[in-house]
Amino acid sequence: MKAAVIQFPGSNCDRDTVHVLADVKRIQTDLVWHNDFKDGSYDAVILPGGFSFGDHLRAGAIAAHSPAMKTICHMAKEGKPVLGICNGFQILIETGLLPGSLLRNASLKFVCKWVDLRIENTSSAFTSAFDKNSRAWMPIAHNEGRFFGEDDLLEQLEADGRVVMRYVGENPTGTSRGIVAVSNEEGNVVGMMPHPERASDLALGGTDGLKVFQSMVDWIQC
Amino acid sequence: MTSVFSVEILISNKPQARDPEGETIMRDLIHKHGFEFIKEVRMGKLLAVKVEATDEEEASTKVVSMCNDLRLYNPVAHSISVRVRS
Repeated sequence: MKAAVIQFPGSNCDRDTVHVLADVKRIQTDLVWHNDFKDGSYDAVILPGGFSFGDHLRAGAIAAHSPAMKTICHMAKEGKPVLGICNGFQILIETGLLPGSLLRNASLKFVCKWVDLRIENTSSAFTSAFDKNSRAWMPIAHNEGRFFGEDDLLEQLEADGRVVMRYVGENPTGTSRGIVAVSNEEGNVVGMMPHPERASDLALGGTDGLKVFQSMVDWIQC
Repeated sequence: MTSVFSVEILISNKPQARDPEGETIMRDLIHKHGFEFIKEVRMGKLLAVKVEATDEEEASTKVVSMCNDLRLYNPVAHSISVRVRS
């Protein structure tokens, strides 16, 4: 099993993600510069958090045109697991692999805190190791995490079970219906605002994030 | 024969998408200082570009097409308006 973590100019969670995959989950993992990601033979790919291209124009909008995204779209079509974390989620939306939009937090503040989440869909490539409706404790750290879509899109996502995670209780960003993670129709492409790689070591405050990566392993192996 | 036209691309949130920046500017700056006649503020992004084209219509069409091709705006949340400045 071989995973790739894509590095864009401005990525800053790339090495944390590689650390969790390689050192904690013991998955062979390469950190690949976005212009060089042409090899679609990896079993999974992760777009890490950060501020790709300085968030210019709109978070994720420039990275969406990176050569890496062509390879990633192809891998997504093949059913391989593709995860976007935070800025990675924004990139997946801007590429069109995931629906909706991520707007500036309603508070206009960068929100950095641990949050209580409910796992709404346990059939995606990144949530199958959770129990349905179970809770997860992970940190968020972003300025543009207010998921927005018009009502018909939100209704469709709910009906299709593509809302993957939601805030429980407080909604610190004003995101529509508390949504913090969504998937594509097939469930192999997931975008999430919380950072599972920062919740993969008890010394850092929790290990619920490990289940995200375990789900990916299970998806590849089955 | 082509000329260079100044074109403005305005990207703003659709009416259905809350615009907290515009709301804050209206509430905490404009209304706080007594300009109550302002009834709504919507914040947007302006891209001022220079376009080589044969006429204004072509300049506008080329820019709209580029905005769609490159997804300069996210059609789920934003609308654009393109204006050629004379």
